[in-house]
Amino acid sequence: MEVLSFKHEVSKSAAGTTKQAITGVVASGNLEVLVERTASEKWCVVEIRTTVRGFNPVWEAVVDDFVGRFATGGLLFSINDGGARPDTVSLRLAQALRLMEKTEK
Amino acid sequence: MNASIDPVLPATVPETDSRRASWYESPARTRVSLLLDEESFEEFLGPEQREMSPNLRAFDLPEQFDDGMIIGRGSLSRIPVFVAAQEGRFMGGAFGEVHGAKLTGLLRAARDLRSVPVIILFDTGGVRLQEANAGELAIAEIMRAVIEARVAGVTVIGLIGGRAGCYGGGGLIAGCCSALAVSEQGRISVSGPEVIETNRGVEEFDSKDRALVWRTMGGKHRRLIGGADVFVDDTIADFRDTALGLLADARPFSLQTLKNEQTRLESRVQQFGECPDAIDIWRSMGIADADTVPEMTYDQFTAVVGKIGSTDHAAR
Repeated sequence: MEVLSFKHEVSKSAAGTTKQAITGVVASGNLEVLVERTASEKWCVVEIRTTVRGFNPVWEAVVDDFVGRFATGGLLFSINDGGARPDTVSLRLAQALRLMEKTEK
Repeated sequence: MNASIDPVLPATVPETDSRRASWYESPARTRVSLLLDEESFEEFLGPEQREMSPNLRAFDLPEQFDDGMIIGRGSLSRIPVFVAAQEGRFMGGAFGEVHGAKLTGLLRAARDLRSVPVIILFDTGGVRLQEANAGELAIAEIMRAVIEARVAGVTVIGLIGGRAGCYGGGGLIAGCCSALAVSEQGRISVSGPEVIETNRGVEEFDSKDRALVWRTMGGKHRRLIGGADVFVDDTIADFRDTALGLLADARPFSLQTLKNEQTRLESRVQQFGECPDAIDIWRSMGIADADTVPEMTYDQFTAVVGKIGSTDHAAR
């Protein structure tokens, strides 16, 4: 099992007030993303557990791209990977962020 | 020239129309949220608790935050219910230590409260082989918990229509429920096709013959022989309506119920025991064009079921 963690200092906090969200399933070629709100608004943290070794640079590129494109401050993304391709990872991260945009009653 | 493009988040909210959403295609979380009244679901031991299998790590296998089992409470047309849903795409929805313990705990809570029915959304291949002893124990504990809940007056309903079907210990637990609803895609059995073929030979059961598999274990056959009480269309809305109907139709559970069930099963063996194939069973039930049953649409098949009548309510 490879455990990766990426911590980005970001300028924009994430929208919405939803406390947590989850999307995806740990199946072959798929992954699950759990997002939680943290106290530190200026950080976005992405933690990954994957059984596919040796793809650190690819994970880093996908996460860099995601954090660069969207407002993610104050969020912790935890990923359980089932061997997903980079495009699937990008999609799930965006889906997870989308689910957090709602304003909770 | 790189024009700056505003990043747009995908409109990825899962299907929200329960009349359109296929039960078979939907993940477990979508099934739960569209089955229950809107926004009524409250999860117990949610993914943020990270209550995962302690055993998968030893095999260097990926874990899932909810261990493939979602449990909680909500309401169905304002009736309070407990719900458990298996995610069939994570390790085939198989029962492991934590996966099983979550369902056992939910059933024991229902037993203690006595008044809240339980709905189980089965989607499982059976016991998780990587934690087989824990999984087998979990199956036994859950079967006991189902019966204890029913003795305490709780209705336990099983809904089956996921891609993993309801196999192995899942089939045993389903057999303990007050009532079952199944769609055409749902399969119910204990030993799966490959297991039967491995143990008894290809002459006994050819697991590559998909038509044979479906007409032996599929939803239509299970409904016809009384293994399931209702045949449902593959939409979340139809599963919801059916679950409501089964809740309204709940009967008390007693020793007499079990005796009636035993009688029902014995007479079934007497009636159909010599039939070599499901089609022979359907023919001897008096279904005209029995060999066309697998091709029948939902409406055609429910018309046939209507003629045969409902399952024995005194039993199960």
